[in-house]
Amino acid sequence: MADFLNIYVLPAAWIVGGVILIVVPILLSVAYLTLAERKVIGWMQLRKGPNVVGPFGLLQPIADGLKLFFKETIIPSGANRVLFILAPVVTFVLSLAAWAVIPFGAGIVLSDINVGFLYLFAISSLGVYGIIIAGWASNSKYAFLGALRSAAQMVSYEVSIGFVIITVLLSVGSLNLSKIVMAQAGGIHHWFAFSPLLPMFVVFFISALAETNRAPFDLPEAEAELVSGYNVEYSAMTFAMFFLGEYANMILMSGMTSILFLGGWTSPLPFAPFTWLPGPLWFALKIAAVLFVFLWVRATFPRYRYDQLMRLGWKVFIPLSLLWVVLTAGWLLIFDKVPPAGGV
Amino acid sequence: MANLDRTARSFLLSELAQGMSLTLRTLFRRKYTLNYPYEKGPLSPRFRGEHVLRRYPNGEERCIACKLCEAICPAQAITIEAEPREDGSRRTTRYDIDMTKCIYCGYCQEACPVDAIVEGPNFEFAAETREELFYNKAKLLANGDRWEPEIAANIALDAPYR
Repeated sequence: MADFLNIYVLPAAWIVGGVILIVVPILLSVAYLTLAERKVIGWMQLRKGPNVVGPFGLLQPIADGLKLFFKETIIPSGANRVLFILAPVVTFVLSLAAWAVIPFGAGIVLSDINVGFLYLFAISSLGVYGIIIAGWASNSKYAFLGALRSAAQMVSYEVSIGFVIITVLLSVGSLNLSKIVMAQAGGIHHWFAFSPLLPMFVVFFISALAETNRAPFDLPEAEAELVSGYNVEYSAMTFAMFFLGEYANMILMSGMTSILFLGGWTSPLPFAPFTWLPGPLWFALKIAAVLFVFLWVRATFPRYRYDQLMRLGWKVFIPLSLLWVVLTAGWLLIFDKVPPAGGV
Repeated sequence: MANLDRTARSFLLSELAQGMSLTLRTLFRRKYTLNYPYEKGPLSPRFRGEHVLRRYPNGEERCIACKLCEAICPAQAITIEAEPREDGSRRTTRYDIDMTKCIYCGYCQEACPVDAIVEGPNFEFAAETREELFYNKAKLLANGDRWEPEIAANIALDAPYR
């Protein structure tokens, strides 16, 4: 009995505790990311943003959440009920599952696996299923067209994201996220964002915008000209699940950006006052900075047309990132800097 | 050369950076938002809001039931009935304005020879039912008593221009 407790129950309890410790802050950040978005975009448009519900509008996300929670979930009569409900759940769960391998600090990670980035990539690719299922199960031509559009967009930009990740992996020699971060330890000048990989940083960030269906690639949000996207038939909590998933994906993408290019949890300057801050806090600060750029871009640029979006993905980013893979590999070989297998 | 220039611009994202710097500068500018129920914008003395029926300083109502406002009202929102009072003066027995029909054109106050019907500065008279917006004479006179200081000041301010 004691064996059973030690072998199965305790580790499971540890994992569940860890999951709760990760999921709850993420959901809270999602809630407050929506407020931050409305505030930042408001400020950039010379407005004040929400400031009525609670001090500085701090209770606004809670009011929004409650409103969505108490609304009626409408299931269209022609819809496939099971898949219709399943789709937002898939999107939401996948956006949270990806956090399992994200290192929040030295050793602070739910599962420190050596194929970390492969796992992340697989999970974010699976996200397309939620969208396709949603569009198909809605049994509405607009939702279906929107789903195809979003899916094509995400798949296209995933290719360039893949190439960008390869350039980083070549320089690190490991797929383990902690090792990718440690390869950039020791200050801002070791970050991949300020190395010859800078163009890839830009490509990765723009692809992340497209991958998360964010402005200026937010075609699913184009209610006026494109009848929104895969989520037209969704309401109340099912819609909120898509919304949460989308924003959790934004945070995840910001996390990936900081891990790949901004040194993850390491402090930007390797001396006293900066090293006092704990790693998770640095990581959170970097994620917040990248998220701010997400919102900043949304407040600045008009929406891409669908053909422009495809042109950028296939005719600019993929050749460019492929070229950079070749250049990085060549550079590492010529200067004999190929990292040992398993990381530096 | 122009081609090279354009390519360099697009690859260095210079135009995107320009746009981003503009929005970043805007982020710190003063905001134009009025916190509406707590802050309000300025109103012109000519502002045409909720209607009132005014009285003379001695308390006598101004309206003489000439029905010019009823006649000119393009939305036909005004209904007036009149008969002589005991003292022989001509007064309204009924003065109704359907505020849901009214288009706030201000013709009634232009037509009025005695400045009795005036559109005041009040625009916050939303009600929860339709019936509350069918104003009768008592309601209009009460409005007049409530808004008289503001309305008198507005008429005085606008007097030089008419």
